Amino acid sequence: MGILEVKGVNKRFGGLQALGDVNLSVKENTVHAIIGPNGAGKSTLLNCLVGKLIPDSGSVMFDGQSVLGRKPHEINQMGISRVFQTPEIFSDLSVIENVMIPCFAKRDGAFRMHAIETVESEKDIVEMAEQMLLDVNMQDKRNMHAGSLSRGDKRRLEMAMCLVQNPKLLLLDEPTAGMARADTNNTIDLLKEIKDKRDITMAIIEHDMHVVFSLAERITVLAQGTPLIEETPENIKGHPKVREAYLGEAQV
Amino acid sequence: MFGLNQKDTKFLLIVVTLTLLTPFLLNPFPTDSAMAQFNAGYPALMQRFAIYGLMAIGFNILFGLTGYLSFGHAAFLGVGSYSAVWMFKLLSMNILPAIILAMIVSGLFALAIGYISLRRSGIYFSILTLAFAEMSYRLAYSVLTPITNGETGLQLNLNDPRVLDGVADTSSLPVPGLFGLKMNSTYTLDIGAWSFDFNVGFYVCAVIAILGFYMSLRIFRSPFGMMLRAVKSNQQRMNYTGLNSRPYTLAAFVISGIYAGLAGALLAAMDPLAGAERMQWTASGEVVLMTILGGAGTLMGPVLGAGFIKYCENIFSKINETILHSWFSFLPDSLESVVVWFFARFVGEGWHLTLGVLFMLIVIFLPGGLVEGGQRIASWWKNRGKDEDSSNQPAE
Amino acid sequence: MDAIILQFFNGLEKGSAYALIALGLTLIFGTLGVVNFAHGALFMIGAFCAVTLRKVFEISKVSLDPTKTDFLGKPLEVKTPYVEAWFGETIGSAMINYSVPLAILLTIPVMLFVGWAMERGLIKHFYKRPHADQILVTFGLAIVLQEIVKYFFGANPIQMMAPSDYSGTVNIGAILGMDIFYPVWRLVYFFFSAVIIGGVFAFLQFTTFGMVVRAGMADRETVGLLGIDIDKRFTLMFGLAAGVAGLAGVMYTPILSPNYHMGMDFLVLSFVVVVVGGMGSLPGAVAAGFLLGILQSFASLNEVKAIIPGIDQIIIYLVAIVILLTRPRGLMGRKGVMED
Repeated sequence: MGILEVKGVNKRFGGLQALGDVNLSVKENTVHAIIGPNGAGKSTLLNCLVGKLIPDSGSVMFDGQSVLGRKPHEINQMGISRVFQTPEIFSDLSVIENVMIPCFAKRDGAFRMHAIETVESEKDIVEMAEQMLLDVNMQDKRNMHAGSLSRGDKRRLEMAMCLVQNPKLLLLDEPTAGMARADTNNTIDLLKEIKDKRDITMAIIEHDMHVVFSLAERITVLAQGTPLIEETPENIKGHPKVREAYLGEAQV
Repeated sequence: MFGLNQKDTKFLLIVVTLTLLTPFLLNPFPTDSAMAQFNAGYPALMQRFAIYGLMAIGFNILFGLTGYLSFGHAAFLGVGSYSAVWMFKLLSMNILPAIILAMIVSGLFALAIGYISLRRSGIYFSILTLAFAEMSYRLAYSVLTPITNGETGLQLNLNDPRVLDGVADTSSLPVPGLFGLKMNSTYTLDIGAWSFDFNVGFYVCAVIAILGFYMSLRIFRSPFGMMLRAVKSNQQRMNYTGLNSRPYTLAAFVISGIYAGLAGALLAAMDPLAGAERMQWTASGEVVLMTILGGAGTLMGPVLGAGFIKYCENIFSKINETILHSWFSFLPDSLESVVVWFFARFVGEGWHLTLGVLFMLIVIFLPGGLVEGGQRIASWWKNRGKDEDSSNQPAE
Repeated sequence: MDAIILQFFNGLEKGSAYALIALGLTLIFGTLGVVNFAHGALFMIGAFCAVTLRKVFEISKVSLDPTKTDFLGKPLEVKTPYVEAWFGETIGSAMINYSVPLAILLTIPVMLFVGWAMERGLIKHFYKRPHADQILVTFGLAIVLQEIVKYFFGANPIQMMAPSDYSGTVNIGAILGMDIFYPVWRLVYFFFSAVIIGGVFAFLQFTTFGMVVRAGMADRETVGLLGIDIDKRFTLMFGLAAGVAGLAGVMYTPILSPNYHMGMDFLVLSFVVVVVGGMGSLPGAVAAGFLLGILQSFASLNEVKAIIPGIDQIIIYLVAIVILLTRPRGLMGRKGVMED
């Protein structure tokens, strides 16, 4: 049993079958990549996992519980954090506040009315957030406006916001999309570091084969809404089915 | 002190001092001087500063922090007024029960309207609140007449029961009070050519407004306030971070509704009548104007905006052409009449024009309102002599 | 039955005004992405164009008639409007009589200019600002415009007359064998607005300009990429929207005596109409305008009011709330417009 079990998930948009009978099992403490050409249904699948979309049929079990019909914040509270294609951070808040918010969410749940004490008086939260900034090497940017960070730092901050919650599963949606090579490599290093330091399960949706093969332990290839194959990176390279799916697009 | 850090404590103490000294500060000109018409230190106006300041502070908790622009807050003001007047009629002329009932009723009303309106965001939320407020206004005028007394407005009557007050003398209408202190009693202090009014009603409003300000300061600095800013900044990220934004926005909506209801109760306590026109959408628009004019999302901005608008309304509107002529009499006659004609458009009846123009200028050039203007001047002052003026750039 | 038919016609007339104002509002929103709170003021300016024209026509030459005396025994003052003096009494008095429809000729250039000036002078700078800023700055502008009008025309409503040939009532029930008398001018207004609405749709449907604008409404960026200077066309669109609002105002003057705050009064209603129809949807605005107009009229039937007291006051808002909650895109709007 994996920590995330997707069984027979279907999703149609009008006449378009976006996902057809998708089965996927993500084992605990592995990095699982989901790859596939454009329009293969990767993003749709991801959105089904985080509660943005509800599949027409099938089941999505996380840690023994169904996530279907739950709202994004409830799914996060179950232990799934998500990194977006373009970093989604609180641009109007300071860097430290950005990291404190997920800490509060982790400690106090989806809503708590603590309107009297100051933020600074929450010593444990402040400490937790500062430690996290230290971990991702951003302690010197503590009081900066998050919106004024460089793109790479925004990505780093978003990772920090997810990691500080100690999620059981971290979903990454093309974390290096649109990045320069140097930034991509930095991100790979950051993810490797995270993997080494923590017991964490990651599911990565990715286009860039370089990233996939640097990180993934298991790879699922998705084409036209259906998983073609699930294998280790070594066995994926040069697999005829994969070549077929990627024809004209491959950089394998 | 007061659960605040040093900087905020200092800030709070300054605000408290300035508020309590208002009767002095707003009457800087000797009573008989030509400038006396600019004095704003008379009770009715000072009360309005405090009351509308309070309302704007509350509105700012919603709009300034979460970015949800409500065009219906006047409805809560109106509901607060009606509740308070009913308390005066039925129970007692003491303002405490009136204030408490007004806060409860407006809070419940805000809970109901907020619960529905907050299902939508952006302009749709604004239109929903607008629709609810217009409905309340129209109903108050028409079918709810038994409660609101329609066009005449709800007023005190000599034969109202007032069960707690017992039978008092029936020759004149009673005055709202706080344990015997009448709201309309004023002590006038004459120092030389100056005269200063110390009015019970103003001080009651001022103390409540200070409490309101203090509460909003605590909210701004609290984790709750941080969550509200997170709502404004990125609701999607918030939801994917495990936070449910709806109860946060609803709480902010209800809190700001209670502030508005409280302001309505104070209006009724100063002058015990309540009319439906208080609920009209243009009245809601006025609160929006105050908040933006002063600086939405800042602590002091809404109070400054409220003071500014109420000052213009009461002082600019009193200036007429005769007064203008006396000011510009040093000019040659032809020029004088041109100048007077020009300025006359902006004062007296035309003070709305001043307001409209100022408001546009502020939205265009100073999106951060008067507070941003003040900050720019301050940083210009600090930087003068230096070449760089990078800190003058407005925040995006 | 009579009452129902009468209210139906009343609804058509109200709906015409709502539809015309909402049409311009949604046009501006759909093309420029701007929420224009000053749109009601444009309606008002149109109405005051009619007032202006009549006042101009009525400027009179004062001459003394020595043959007659007034009650004080002085020679009687005879006022002859210049238009009568210049064009002869028949044409001159007809001009005064027809000053409302004639004002259309004045309104079109005035509104095009006002629209152009507004877009170039102010709105242009707000395309990239948040909607809240747009609302606020146009709200400020609306205050300024109405204060200017108040200065020139005073605070009291100014009564305007329909041309005498159209000022009576007509029996609209005659075909059905009933007696239902209805003001002629209101029928005129309905047909007038139908023509304007038809004209706007035809313009957008059958001209290249309209095609580009419709394409821009659907996807602004792509149209921009095609090398079409969409901004210039959008400026014209603003003028057009202002023109429609102005025309709606001119012809409405005999129905509602113009006053300086009529713009604000209609603004809220027309916003509700736009939202119910769907932000950015032209057919939606028209349909919702008539729908709400008719609903409002029916709600003011005594029989309806007896069942639900006060419903006539709130029906429009009630419908808007229900629509917004159940179908936020409105009756005919595209999904996802301004939802964030």
